[in-house]
Amino acid sequence: MVTLQLSCVGVRYGQREILADISTPPLHAGEVIAVIGPNAAGKSTLFRRIAGLLAGAGEIRITGRAGCRPCYLPQDAATNAVLTVYESIVLARKQGSSWRVGERDLAAIDAVLHDLEIEHLAFRGLGELSGGQRQLVSIAQTLVRAPQILLLDEPTSALDLHRQFEVLSLLKRLARERRICVLASLHDINQALRFADRVMVLAGGRLKAIGVPREVITTALLGEVYDITARIEGGDGGMPYVVVEGSSRSPSAA
Amino acid sequence: MTDASLAAISRAPAAREGYRTLGTRKRAILLAIALLLAASLVADMMIGPARYGVSEVLSALARPDSVPVQTRVVIWDIRLPVALMAVVVGAALSVAGAQMQTILNNPLASPFTLGISAAAGFGASLALVFGVAIVPSALEFVVPLNAFVVAMGAAMLIHLLSQRQGVTTETVVLLGIALVFTFNALLALLQFFASEQALGAVVFWMMGSLGKATWSKLAMTAGVLALCLPLFARRAWALTALRLGDEKAASFGVDTRRLRLETMMLVSLAAAVPVAFVGTIGFVGLVGPHIARILIGEDQRYFLPASALAGALMLSASSVVSKSLIPGLIFPISIVTALVGVPFFFSLILTNRRRSW
Repeated sequence: MVTLQLSCVGVRYGQREILADISTPPLHAGEVIAVIGPNAAGKSTLFRRIAGLLAGAGEIRITGRAGCRPCYLPQDAATNAVLTVYESIVLARKQGSSWRVGERDLAAIDAVLHDLEIEHLAFRGLGELSGGQRQLVSIAQTLVRAPQILLLDEPTSALDLHRQFEVLSLLKRLARERRICVLASLHDINQALRFADRVMVLAGGRLKAIGVPREVITTALLGEVYDITARIEGGDGGMPYVVVEGSSRSPSAA
Repeated sequence: MTDASLAAISRAPAAREGYRTLGTRKRAILLAIALLLAASLVADMMIGPARYGVSEVLSALARPDSVPVQTRVVIWDIRLPVALMAVVVGAALSVAGAQMQTILNNPLASPFTLGISAAAGFGASLALVFGVAIVPSALEFVVPLNAFVVAMGAAMLIHLLSQRQGVTTETVVLLGIALVFTFNALLALLQFFASEQALGAVVFWMMGSLGKATWSKLAMTAGVLALCLPLFARRAWALTALRLGDEKAASFGVDTRRLRLETMMLVSLAAAVPVAFVGTIGFVGLVGPHIARILIGEDQRYFLPASALAGALMLSASSVVSKSLIPGLIFPISIVTALVGVPFFFSLILTNRRRSW
C-alpha cells in the first residue's frame, strides 16, 4: 500500500520563497486529502513539487510500491489541438510506451469515460468542449493512467454543482476501491468538509494545519487564513457546513 | 476498474469501435495520399522535352534493359533524381514545418517564417556574388554548403535564444521574423553590389529549382529525412502531448525542455539541407502540415506521415505543373508551388468544418 510523506518541503523562485517547511504525517492509500487555502497560498506549487516538476528543499517520501510516480492534474487550460477526446485520453494512457493501442488500453479508456459519464463526448474535438467538459476530460486523462497517488489541482473549478458532487463522489469511491491516495486542492470549504478524510490548510506558503476536517476547520482558522467571519453549523452528528458572514478586514484595511 | 463499469463496457463497446473506425479512416487517408503521390511521381517522369507513356516509364523503372538506351538515360539519369528530389524535399520541409509548429505551438512557424530559408538564401548568395566559401569544398557544393552553414547558424541562434529564461514560444516566432528581415536586408545588400550575371544567379537560386538534383544530393537529403523520421516517430506520443500545453505534457511525464531541444536540432537539419540544394521553397513547410492537420488531426502517429506525404505530394505535383504550363519551359518550382497550393489550401480551409488550428 502506497504512502506519501512530506518532510520540510520548500520551493523558491529566485529570491522569492513560495513554499517553506511543509511536513506532513504519512498520507495513506484510500484517503482523500483536501488542500485548501487562499489564492497564492502555494497549493499548485506544492502539487508541482510533489509531482517532480519543480526542484526544491526537503524530502518527498513515497513508500510501498517501487517506481510509483504521482499523477498530476494541472489547472484547466484551453487547447487548440486537433484531437478528439478519445484520442487525448489514449495519449495520456500510452505516454512513454509503444504505438500500439491494445484491448486493455481501450477497455480502461471506455471504463473511465463511463465512470465520468462522458461517453457522448468521446469523438468531439477538444476545441469544441466547454470549460466543464474540458475539466472532466482532464480528469479522465489522469484516471486512465491507473494512478497510485493522484494530485488534482482544482478539479471542480469549472463544473456545475451536480458535476462537482458527482466527480468528488467518484474520486472518493475510486480512492477506496483502487487504493489511491488522492490530494485535491479545493476552494469550497464545504466540499472539503463533506468529501475529505483529512484537510491540509496552506497560507503564505506555510502549512497552517493538517487533520480531520471537523477538527481543523474552525471559525478561528477561517478568520486567520481567509480573513472572513464565519460560523460552522450542523456539527452534531450531521454534516457540518460553513456559513460565511462577512469579511473580517476593516474597510480601512481593505 | 469497477465491476459496474466493466459490465457497462461489455454491453456498450461503441466508443472503442468508434476509435478503431477513426484509425481505419486515417490509414485510408494516408493510403490515398500515398497513391496520389505515386501517380504524381510517374507523371513527373512522363513529362519533359520528350514525352513518355505510363507503360514506358514503368518499364524503364522495373526493367531498364527492356527500353531503348535513350529512354533509360532520360528516366534514370535525368528525370528520376529530379522527381524523387521533389518528393524528398517536399516531405522534409513539410515535416520540419509540422514539428516547428508543434514545439512552438504556433501555426505560423515554418522554415520560411523562422528565417532559416532566408539565412540559406544569404549563405548561397555569398558564394554566388563574391565566391565566398564558408567551408572549403568541391565547386559543386560551395553554394549548398554555404546555404547549409548559415541556415544551421540561424536555427541554432533561434534555439539558443529560446533557451533563455523567460523566453516564450511567441518570442521565438518574433525572433524568427526578425531574422527573416535581417537576412533579407543582407541579401538585398549583396544584390546591390552584385554583378548583373551574379544577380541573375541569385534570383534564380531564390526561386528554387529541382533541376540541379543529382543522385548524390538526393541521397544526402533522403538520408536526413531517414534520420529524422524515426526519431520523430519515437517521440510521437510526447510530441502530441505538447499540443495539450506544457503543463499537461509535463504532468504526463514528458521532459518538455529536452523534447524541444532535440526536436529543434532535428528540424534545423531537415529544413536546412533541402533548402541548401534546391533553393528557397517556402510554401510547403508552412502549408503541408496544415493540410495534414485538416485531413487527419494531430495524433503524431498519423500526423507525421501525413505531413511528409502532403508535402511530398505538393512539391511533386508542382513539379509536374511547372513542366506542363508551357511545353519546353520549366517554371521555377517555388512560384508554381505557391500558385497551385494557395487556391487548394484556401478551399480546404473554407470548406472544412473542423478547426485546423
